[in-house]
Order: sequence, then C-alpha cells, then structure tokens
Amino acid sequence: MERVEDIIAAHAGRADEPGGTLLPILHDVQAAFGHVGEDAIRAIAHGLNLSRAEVHGVVSFYHDFRAVPDPRPVLKLCRAEACQARGVEALVAALPQQAQDGGRVKIETVYCLGLCSVGPNAMVGDAVHARLDGPKLAALVEALA
Amino acid sequence: MTITVRLSDDALALACGANAVAAAFAAAGCEVERVSSWGMHWLEPLAEIDGQGFGPLEPGDVAAVMAGTSAKAIGPIEDHPFIARQQRLTFARAGKTRPLSLDDYAATGGWAGLDTARTIGTTATIAQVTASGLRGRGGAGFPAGIKWQTVANASGPVKYIVCNADEGDSATFADRMVMEGDPFLLIEGMAIAALAVGAGKGYVYIRSEYPHAVAKMQAAVKLAAPRIAPFEIEIRVGAGAYVCGEETSLLNSLEGKRGEVRAKPPLPAIEGLFGRPTVVNNVLTLAAVPWIMAHGADRYAAIGHGRSRGTMPIQLAGNVRHGGLFETAFGITVGELVEDVGGGTASGRPVRAVQVGGPLGAYHPPSEFHLPFDYEAFAGADALIGHAGVTVFDDGVDMGAQARFAMQFCAVESCGKCTPCRIGSTRGVELIDRIRSGAGRAVDGVEALPQMHNAPRAGRSRADEIALLEDLCETMKFGSLCALGGFTPYPVLSALKHWPEDFGGDFGG
Repeated sequence: MERVEDIIAAHAGRADEPGGTLLPILHDVQAAFGHVGEDAIRAIAHGLNLSRAEVHGVVSFYHDFRAVPDPRPVLKLCRAEACQARGVEALVAALPQQAQDGGRVKIETVYCLGLCSVGPNAMVGDAVHARLDGPKLAALVEALA
Repeated sequence: MTITVRLSDDALALACGANAVAAAFAAAGCEVERVSSWGMHWLEPLAEIDGQGFGPLEPGDVAAVMAGTSAKAIGPIEDHPFIARQQRLTFARAGKTRPLSLDDYAATGGWAGLDTARTIGTTATIAQVTASGLRGRGGAGFPAGIKWQTVANASGPVKYIVCNADEGDSATFADRMVMEGDPFLLIEGMAIAALAVGAGKGYVYIRSEYPHAVAKMQAAVKLAAPRIAPFEIEIRVGAGAYVCGEETSLLNSLEGKRGEVRAKPPLPAIEGLFGRPTVVNNVLTLAAVPWIMAHGADRYAAIGHGRSRGTMPIQLAGNVRHGGLFETAFGITVGELVEDVGGGTASGRPVRAVQVGGPLGAYHPPSEFHLPFDYEAFAGADALIGHAGVTVFDDGVDMGAQARFAMQFCAVESCGKCTPCRIGSTRGVELIDRIRSGAGRAVDGVEALPQMHNAPRAGRSRADEIALLEDLCETMKFGSLCALGGFTPYPVLSALKHWPEDFGGDFGG
C-alpha cells in the first residue's frame, strides 16, 4: 500500500510556485485510498506547509474528492441538458427500484461527459458508454453489482 | 494487398463501440489505423476505406463491408453534405490524421504557424492575432490579440499561458475533440502564445470527466517537448467543479485552492496565476492561432459576420438527427443549423426549443431561428453563443422543468463566493416550484409580527411570485461575480417568456 508521504514526496519540487501541487496530490491520494481522510489531510498539510483547514477546504470543495470511503462501485450518469433532451430522466425512472436505491452500485450524477450528440451517456472508471437505453443501463448497473 | 481501415479512437467513438469494430476488422485481416473523428457523430463508429465511409458500424457489419454489400455505406466521406458544407480551419485534420503522430502533423502543415511566429517575432505575432479579429471562444468573446498585448506589456520575469480545457457546458465537445484528435494543434497554439507574450511555462487545465483527453494530451506534450522548447507545458486535471471553467476560479484551482471566483480587477492578464501576468485562453482560441499564423490574418479576418470574424466550431447535440461538430463561418442562422444541417430532431417529432450556449444559454423557440451566429446579434436578443453548443429539444420537453433545472444546476455548482449566485439559485428553485404548483405563498410568522411595518399583509399571488422571480433574475444577472450566477437568468427568463404555459395552467389569466 502506498503511503501518503510517498505521494507528497513524489510531487515535491514539481511546481515552481508553492501550493500548486495540492490538487495533483489529492487526486493521487483519492485514487490510492478511495478517499482523502483525516490522516491524509494532516500529512498533506504538514508536507505543503498549509493549515489543515486549508486542505480540508479544498477537499470539501471539489466533487471528485470524498472524506469517507464508499465501498460501492460507481456509475457516473450524465443528467445535463443534452442527455435530458435524449431521455435520460425516463431511463432513471425506469430502473429497477433496487438500482435506484443505490444500495450496491452508486449511480452518481455528473454534468456532461462531452458526448452530447449520442446520449444518454455513462462512465464506469475510464470506460464511456453512449446511446444508452433502459436495458443497456440496467445491464451496466448489474455488471457492477 | 492488405486493406487499411481507418477508425476514430476518440472517447465518443469508443463509447459507441469502436474498439469492438476495430477488432472485427483486424480479425478479418485488415490493417486498422486509429485516427481522429470526422465529427459525424450519428455515424460513429465510422470506418473509412479508401475515402469511402461506412457507419454506424457494429462488429457484425464488418463482413458485409468487406464484401462490398454493406447497407451502411455512405459514399465518399469528403463529399458527405455534412462535411462538404463546412469550412474547417481548426478541424482541418479531423478524421484524417493519427492524433499522436508527429509525422502526420508535420505532413499536414503542422508547426508552420509556430515557425512563422519565430521568424516574424513577438510584436508582429501579436499584430497578426489582433488583425485576424480572433475573439475568445470560451464564451466571453474578448479579442485575443488585446489580451496577449496586455500580458506582453506587463512587467515581470515570470508569465504563464493557461489553457482553459474545463469544457463543462452540456452540448459542448469541441475542446475534447481538439485534445483527443489533434493535440499538437493546441500545443502549437500555446507555444505561439508563449512566444508572443514571453511566457516560459503553460498549463492545460482539463476536466476530470475527460480521462481520454488527459491521456492524449499527456502523451502529446511529451512527444512535442523538443519542438516547443524552451517553453514547457504541464497537464493538470480538474476535480469535478463546473465553476472552474471560469478563468479566475480555474487559476485558484491551479494554485491548489478552492475553485472560488476572484473579483476583477485585477485582470488575470496583469495578476493571474500565482499573481503573475497570465494569458487564459480557451482551447478553441489557442487552436485557431496556428492557422492564422500560417495563412495570414487577412484570410482569417475575411471570413465571418459583423464583428465576429473567422469560423466557429459549432456543436450540434441533444435530440438532433445529425449531431456532431460543424465548423463554419459566423453568420449561419440557428434555423439552418438545426433544420438543414442537423436534420431536425432524432425522435422525428417537431423541435420545440433550442438552447444555445450550454446551461447558461437562453432557450430559443423556432420563431427565433432567424438569429445569425454572431456575438452581437445574440447579445442583442438577450442570449449568448457561449462555447457554441446547441441542444435541440423536441415537443416532449417541459420548459418549466428546464427553467427549474437551470436554477438547480447553479445551486449545485455555485462556488459560494457571491450571494446572488449562492442563495439566489436556491431561492429560484423554490420560487419556480411555487409558481408551477400555483400555491402562492401565505404571510409567514415573521411578516405577521406587528413591528414588521413594511412587510406585506396579504400573501403573495402567483403574479407576485413571477414578478419576484424576474426581480431575482435581475439581481443575479447584475450582482453576481461571474457568468455562472450572472447568466443563469438567461435560460430561466427565456423559458418564462416563450413558454409561459409550462409554468402552470392559468398563467397570466
């Protein structure tokens, strides 16, 4: 298991001005541990000479970072205007109740995956899926569960 | 002889299943070349064999394509009306080159702009960009040459080029297509900007929803490093905040801070990233520069409409039959785009509304389809071009719900710095809900207190609530620090103006 200190050290001296490495560090910590916890915030604050409040403020601002781990696999579903125009809301409403509850798979709303001419769209990890209909979306959710 | 099949490997083609189609062609003994996307998205995955197009393909279609009996043949791609009607300057290479091939790039006129800039020098380069009439393609439409001149004039040993690739607007994907399809073009544009203003380092801030663009840009920056040296480019990844597409909030994010908007002045051109003079330009602005430098400002300025010069990569999205990237000179009307180019709705039902400019853009009914794509014409109609995303809706859309969504989106994505946006958006959602339910609002406990001399004694009727919504929109428009709070009123008020029937049955009765 990677250590937070190693991640901080790997970014040391990369940015030519102070503070600039905080987001890249947070991305790496989030990727390695699935969340940015209290311990990590303490270590990052120490490593970058920031207050814990400053680091916490940044972690809580961005949708991509979470303070507590979530064991569920995530399906990111675009629900912005272009996907709305192509019927994403009806797809969500037609999902089995169990999938809508999000007990096993987290269906996370994102606003735009940049595939707006072929929606509704979803992303799992780095894999993108377009032209979703009810069965395709249900199959994606089921594959993660 | 081995047949060469060309297929896009951009995120949209992948999402439509291009890898499985590529594998099927490879299994059939073809040489598969992965190129950029032509931008005809309804045809993806689109295969090209000797200039002939086939799409949208599934792996099962490969045998018929090879046998010459495919019903999905579209003829020569270059002659397809969707392509033939365009004037592609920024997207000249779309569909034709391998994105990460330096050879392909150089063989198609790449680096000519940078070489010109190096030859003619700083002052002449800025003069060219100014003379071209190029305006910021991110939405604000600020003249690029003036911005560059300001940074060039600013004193200080350290200056930066920041490329805004936080393309968060729904219905926009042109930035993604540049980064995934022609990454060296953006790098060349940034290198020219760096040369013009005297910057040593550049950042590309890409949203985290674009992992494929991030990967391509990282690879491209490594490959192109010797060609643009001593200028250096670093790729940075956003973290899911829409507001970071606003330039000052993006700068804060790059500095490792919360992505809160800064008050202007100081302008980023004077005090930008880490307090240094900084050029912040959108991907499309920077990607337009190499063509201008290579072919001359006059030729670029000769294209366009009014004070909007050159071409605009317009993105057709939503419920449209022929969605994709359509680069054309300014001046084309909304109606031509939606009906002629886009072919109407994908569902086959009548078009009810078209939103231009992303979540902060106004909704247009068909009666406004005469509007030409032109910054001033749109501003005059209480609308905006923004990043030129066009979302088409059919007659199934509930415009009251769309107005509510605009407020809700603003509430979710507000950075929280200024009050009109942070609180106004939430109050806006509540107001629209009350208007739509027709309930009105009774006098509340505080208003009923005897010392509240100026509080209304009667409850608010729906007409009062609508006046209040318009008032709130006015406050957000003029009181917000940035375009998020400032432009959210556009979709709300345009929906209210053109589709009042969607805000409750007896509206205005």
